[in-house]
Amino acid sequence: MSILINSDTKVVVQGITGTEGTFHSGQMIEYGTNIVAGVTPGKGGTTVLDNIPVYNSVEEARENHGANASIIFVPPRFAAAAVIESIEAGIELIVCISEGIPVRDMVRVKKLLNDSNSRLIGPNCPGIITVDECKLGIMPGFICKKGNIGVISKSGTLTYEAIDQLVKNGLGQTTALGIGGDPIIGTDMISALELFENDSDTDGIVMIGEIGGQMENEAALWAKENVTKPIVGFIAGQTAPPGRRMGHAGAIISGGDETAEAKNRILAECGITVAKSVAEIGNKMKESLTLNV
Amino acid sequence: MKIHEYQGKQILGSYDIPIQDGVVVENKENIGSAIDEVATKFKCSEFIVKAQIHAGGRGKGGGVKYCSDKATAVDAANKILGMNLITPQTGESGQKVRKIYITKAFDIAHEYYVAITLDRSKSQDVIMVSTEGGMDIEKVAEETPDKIIKVWVDPLAGLQNDQVKALSDGLGFDGDLFDQASDVFQKLYKCYIEKDTSLLEINPLVKTKDDNIVALDSKFNFDGNAMFRHPDINEMEDPFETDETELEAGKFNLNYIKLDGNVGCMVNGAGLAMATMDIIKLSGGDPANFLDVGGAASVDTVKNGFKIILKDPNVKAILINIFGGIVRCDRVAKGVVQAVKELNLDIPVVVRLEGTNAIEAKDILKNSEVKIIPATTMQDAADKVVTAALN
Repeated sequence: MSILINSDTKVVVQGITGTEGTFHSGQMIEYGTNIVAGVTPGKGGTTVLDNIPVYNSVEEARENHGANASIIFVPPRFAAAAVIESIEAGIELIVCISEGIPVRDMVRVKKLLNDSNSRLIGPNCPGIITVDECKLGIMPGFICKKGNIGVISKSGTLTYEAIDQLVKNGLGQTTALGIGGDPIIGTDMISALELFENDSDTDGIVMIGEIGGQMENEAALWAKENVTKPIVGFIAGQTAPPGRRMGHAGAIISGGDETAEAKNRILAECGITVAKSVAEIGNKMKESLTLNV
Repeated sequence: MKIHEYQGKQILGSYDIPIQDGVVVENKENIGSAIDEVATKFKCSEFIVKAQIHAGGRGKGGGVKYCSDKATAVDAANKILGMNLITPQTGESGQKVRKIYITKAFDIAHEYYVAITLDRSKSQDVIMVSTEGGMDIEKVAEETPDKIIKVWVDPLAGLQNDQVKALSDGLGFDGDLFDQASDVFQKLYKCYIEKDTSLLEINPLVKTKDDNIVALDSKFNFDGNAMFRHPDINEMEDPFETDETELEAGKFNLNYIKLDGNVGCMVNGAGLAMATMDIIKLSGGDPANFLDVGGAASVDTVKNGFKIILKDPNVKAILINIFGGIVRCDRVAKGVVQAVKELNLDIPVVVRLEGTNAIEAKDILKNSEVKIIPATTMQDAADKVVTAALN
């Protein structure tokens, strides 16, 4: 088992004829992802790569090929509309790679998502990979090894670093999930933790966060009550400058627990093993697994 | 993206929100005439002189002065314009005051706090008001949270009348003041949404002694990703509020933030860049900057990255940490070697490349004629660059 995607996942790529879309579709196919169709409005009826049919809408792609997942490579100003199109077409899993989507657009998308049966991953994320089965994203698949660790991360290249360390410590992964670091994202850390907790093949979880927001803290508090598997947490940004800030509204909302120091403290209080240094992620996970046996 | 108070008030004014208006002065020679203009235009004999910098806490730093007549206003304006203003939010180095805003002074009966921002935990915008406006609102939030009234707005339904009522009731308004305040809240929310604002704060919103509701200050923070929809707001950006090197890095599409240490770093991805700074610090060094070169680290981005880092004379050694995913490490290695050669770098450069073709990349670095110190793990890289910076 694994979470969210596997070898049965049928994928439609939105923005498949763009430079990024075509390139990464090729990479995903090479990894073994079953891409059944692409969508670019106005280019319906053509084909790309190795005879992949292009449609004008996600709806058509779903009807003709039974696509149950989509991945989005469209420019940020059109990306929210692309997500909404997938929601309306009833796609179960939507991965949005696009970076730089206006927050206002995402506030609306999030509301529509909550009222639908679709799940969104991202935006501004590297996507998701179930090792040796399906890659719905832009991460280098070859760095992964099949195993029993689930990876959740806000950051792209930091996810690769964590995976690499796990492999060097002899630990493989079930699924690695880049949730994105934007203020509003589709799948948050709690939701990702829940998926891994319920996955019988996952024995340990790496959770990588950053300064800013409350998500890591909320996830830690939730995990304390609901997760039985060992979690290793890392928060990037201990040395980030406090910055010249403006106004007070942010601090009133967050209550000031957005620093790496505060998050590390809350994670530790909730029973999560905190890696103070990025270099410790791999061996801390290994230690935690041994202790848990 | 941030703007000044006076620019924010122009925007509020365009929504017919009552503001404490004034005149902006950039040259000391115009101070006298500006005060006369404020006196005639707004029919007043008392003034407020306000430094125009982005950081908050201006009053605490001496950047806002009440003046009971023209002579004191001239004096205050001359002192504030050109001063280096240090406030709790500027950092130790402060910010030079290049513009001042001279406004009419009001007889204030009460100061309120109003703000609209995104509540990330709820994925909705929140409007917050409090009767405890003016200074130290964060203390109020911490010690007496019930004195902050919040409503969360459904993005599809918009701000509802009963929510507006809750805000105005919460501040204890009735009669005409209730109507004035409700009107202001509705217009503020409209402005917040239409302008792609990430923070709109009025602190204080005041009730004057003659029972008018007026915005005395304005703080706007805009969503940079949405500025393609607002070219007019984009033009309001004050280049003096941003570090010169940071501006230049932006032109190269590099995300750079200057820090106080001596170890320069160049990394792909923001999270890994922060983690790299952290491990430098944990290993006994001090990062000189944050620099995210983005996903694809080409010869040009590496070269531009070097140029930006080297503008900082404190830098004694540089760490390049690239996790090559889709980008192949051997290509990055060639780019680094070429950049070091072309720029004639004479400070130590530690390079750690991991990911696709990392082994080939190590050979390229080892066999190059330039002085590059190859590293394997992040810990190895951090140790090597910290040692190099010390020698």
